[in-house]
Amino acid sequence: MTSVAEAPTGRVEQRLLDGEVGLDAHLARHGRLPILDSSQIIGMARDAGLTGRGGAGFPVWRKLSAVAQAGGAAVVVANAAEGEPASRKDRALLAYQPNLVLDGLQLAAAATRAKAAHLYAPKAALPALRRLLVARRTAGLDRLEVTLHAAPDAFVSGEESAVVSAINGTGAVPADKRIRIIQAGVGGAPTLVQNVETLAHLALIARYGAGWFLTAGTADEPGTFLATVSGAVRRPGVIEAGYGVPLGDLIAAAGGATMPLQAVLIGGYHGGWVPADPALPVSRRALEPFGASPGAGVVVALPANACGLGETARIAGYLADQVAGQCGPCINGLPRMAATLADLAARRPRPGLPAEVERLARLVSGRGACRHPDGTARLVLSAMRAFEADVVAHLHGRCLATEGHR
Amino acid sequence: MRLHIDWTACDGRGVCTELLEEMLTEDDWGYPVLRDGKGEIPRALDGAARRAVDRCPRLALKLTQQ
Ligand SMILES: Cc1cc2nc3c(=O)[nH]c(=O)nc-3n(C[C@H](O)[C@H](O)[C@H](O)COP(=O)(O)O)c2cc1C
Ligand code: SF4
Ligand code: SF4
Repeated sequence: MTSVAEAPTGRVEQRLLDGEVGLDAHLARHGRLPILDSSQIIGMARDAGLTGRGGAGFPVWRKLSAVAQAGGAAVVVANAAEGEPASRKDRALLAYQPNLVLDGLQLAAAATRAKAAHLYAPKAALPALRRLLVARRTAGLDRLEVTLHAAPDAFVSGEESAVVSAINGTGAVPADKRIRIIQAGVGGAPTLVQNVETLAHLALIARYGAGWFLTAGTADEPGTFLATVSGAVRRPGVIEAGYGVPLGDLIAAAGGATMPLQAVLIGGYHGGWVPADPALPVSRRALEPFGASPGAGVVVALPANACGLGETARIAGYLADQVAGQCGPCINGLPRMAATLADLAARRPRPGLPAEVERLARLVSGRGACRHPDGTARLVLSAMRAFEADVVAHLHGRCLATEGHR
Repeated sequence: MRLHIDWTACDGRGVCTELLEEMLTEDDWGYPVLRDGKGEIPRALDGAARRAVDRCPRLALKLTQQ
């Protein structure tokens, strides 16, 4: 499913995923990185309004300057774990344009004056990266040597404190957030963890400038992002577009819907359901009223003949299975919440069932070392809103999807 | 000051919910729930909060500035 869509339509636009594959092609197209110092790199990231592409959308320049100022030899980490099952964009980026990621990692290292750099990626991606790192070293491209680490295939393995624990050799599980990794992460050093797509954007900004970056996206949310479009579309795959791209353009770039759609899951398994409105802009601002955000760019199209409650119960069950067995409210609460939603989805109604789903969602939120419970609760609450009519039908033992009432 | 719970350490035996009833309740499984959701410690409960922190058998409770 890792295909890169061609034929840009509307605001679909190729920046990261454009161009030939390979180091020679990369150098011919983009040239070597300009020599920039810490304050220049941080300034460019700020002027470009670059935000993290790993899900939370945090301003990159703030993290860079916090780590640069934390004192002590910093460590930078490129995060390509991509534990989210509906996401393929980081794998696509590593397969097609890994040099942009590695350039970005060197820039992040220069910005934070780091003494060590790590790349954390699925095991299958490592052999090619190992060869590329040798070629780049021979070409004199990387000032700082990059150490590769295998990311386990689990939903939480890409959470930033899990990334740090994995590199520290204590297992890819999240840690308590009282001590922030910006202060003490890998080996106790101030640590920057950045998604690989974020780093690739930084590599382009360093070459073409903040002004260029601002020409895509919206005034508040500049630049492009990588979307992984799947579900009821003809050509599922990774598509690049400016923030604010109409949902319909993303679906069209994925070959169009295979049948009428009833809703779209945006942001991933920790995301939210939104109406399948082709005009809906994919931006934080436009998605906020639905309790959703572009997140890490996941877009799953739900066909009219599928049951949104059933689909959400399936995902919630998967997320409950992915709990890193550490925190009581998450270990107990997520399976209970998923099972309660599954009862509703399977039309095993009992009095107060919807209220119980909502109570559990609120009970688990904010009560774990990481935000896995919060994200799972967000998805479940958004389904209760988006599929309100289905909830009522299910309570009466009926299902709108299977009865063809749409 | 705020009360922080390290969920990776807490075992949910509920010593704290007894010592600090004003701020904590128990969930369905015995784990503490911050009544205000944030852990803000009112002046008057400073002493009680410190006692709960000292008595937590798993050292899961911490006082933080933020
Ligand atoms: C449960 C969970 C899983 C996550 N998985 C990933 C992941 O696979 N890749 C990623 O880049 N960020 C992931 N994140 C977000 C990271 O914690 C972190 O915010 C991000 O890597 C920072 O990079 P960015 O600012 O460039 O987005 C995850 C967060 C949570 C709560
Ligand atoms: S909140 Fe859940 S997923 Fe996150 S560390 Fe705790 S048990 Fe693991
Ligand atoms: S006393 Fe400590 S271990 Fe026991 S429930 Fe409270 S926080 Fe958890």
